[in-house]
Amino acid sequence: MRLLPIVEHAVKGRVWDCRMCGQCVLHSTGMTCPMTCPKTLRNGPCGGVREDGHCEVTPEMECVWTVAERRSRSVINPNAWEREFDHLRPPVDNRLRGTASWSNLFSGRDRQTPLGWDGATYSPDLTVESSLGEVDDIDSLDAGFHERNPLP
Amino acid sequence: MSRLSELVESRERHIVTAEFPSIDGGGLDAVRSKLDPLLPYVDAINATDNPAAHAHASNVSIAIALATLGAEPILQVVCRDRNRIAQQADIMGAALFGVENICALTGDDVTAGDEPEARRVFDLDSPQLIRVARGLAEGRYLSGRPIANPPRLFIGAVENPSAPPLDYRVKRAALKSNEGARFLQLQICYYPDRLEKFITGCVAEGIDVPTALLPTVCLTKSARALTFMHDNVPGIDVPDDIRRRVASAANPAEESYQVTREIAQHALSLRGVAGLHITDFRHDGSLARLVGDLGLRP
Ligand code: SF4
Repeated sequence: MRLLPIVEHAVKGRVWDCRMCGQCVLHSTGMTCPMTCPKTLRNGPCGGVREDGHCEVTPEMECVWTVAERRSRSVINPNAWEREFDHLRPPVDNRLRGTASWSNLFSGRDRQTPLGWDGATYSPDLTVESSLGEVDDIDSLDAGFHERNPLP
Repeated sequence: MSRLSELVESRERHIVTAEFPSIDGGGLDAVRSKLDPLLPYVDAINATDNPAAHAHASNVSIAIALATLGAEPILQVVCRDRNRIAQQADIMGAALFGVENICALTGDDVTAGDEPEARRVFDLDSPQLIRVARGLAEGRYLSGRPIANPPRLFIGAVENPSAPPLDYRVKRAALKSNEGARFLQLQICYYPDRLEKFITGCVAEGIDVPTALLPTVCLTKSARALTFMHDNVPGIDVPDDIRRRVASAANPAEESYQVTREIAQHALSLRGVAGLHITDFRHDGSLARLVGDLGLRP
């Protein structure tokens, strides 16, 4: 598996200037890598795009998102991909940087988002503070706590 | 409920927001002396977040100071300088002091400022930040950790009606509106036709109903100021004829004012515009004059 990131980068780096964020969204961005935007924006162009469509930060380069938007409307781009252009892409998981998005796609790892992103919450029992509090307050431990958390 | 949220809800009259000047010292007295000339004329005031990538007294500190001094702040949160943890902490911290209005924006790049060697962050982008802020108000951090007493937040953002790709800007406004932006302060636009096209597009998509559209107008004094903005402020393009008109006028300061008044009047005449956001670089009473000339009554 260690070879996969190298192979992936060799291919995608050449063709799409891939930055190996590990959670590829190329299909939804007109096959234009959003990580080549100097601000690494995942959801469309910033307000700084120049009159000629070039980048605020790197004036000699056309804005990545101007290119992406144009390409997403191209006749060779599948309609479903074009529609996905307007969907909100979640924040980058910085732990995946440098890993192979191909295997992350296969395992579904690239679609994992923080719980709160989709409105879910986790049980506050699991926070450091509440766990430490429990040590002082024996009554606060729910039934079966010790069975589930055996001492080492 | 913030006054801004009530006005956006009721739309009983045009809304006026303004940019607060940067503060670099002088204690609360400095804040008060900049606030006094603004306060009677505006509904809410932006506590800016290191505008144009220059460090100043922080957004949170100014927002709290404004609230303390009886004004209604809008806490700007940019994505350039802080990661998602710090951004959430800032919103939560300001909310402790009653700051409800949040304006999420990407932010000019570090290269626009006087410390271009700084590391740029952009951990979240602005549409993502809107969603994260909405989560805080709904009682959870992005991680999913619950918040027992969620802050009351009224969330807005910024959009540039006059930057390429022009046709895509309405979709981007829709994305922000769908994620929970209830007001959009629009980047200053010296092309009335572009603003009109953008607003018409927003009305066609129904964006103007849940989300108050507030075009920005900018009070300047000279052709030099306009040229400076044109050359140095990302995303602002001032057409030649406007710069020439001001430069060749007998009284450039008055001509600059008239340019701004015309742009403002045109913006307010468009169906779908809920009010104005004003940036004042003159500090000579022109803001009061403009509000009076336009018949706005905060
Ligand atoms: S102009 Fe385009 S490429 Fe440049 S920073 Fe903004 S969105 Fe990214």
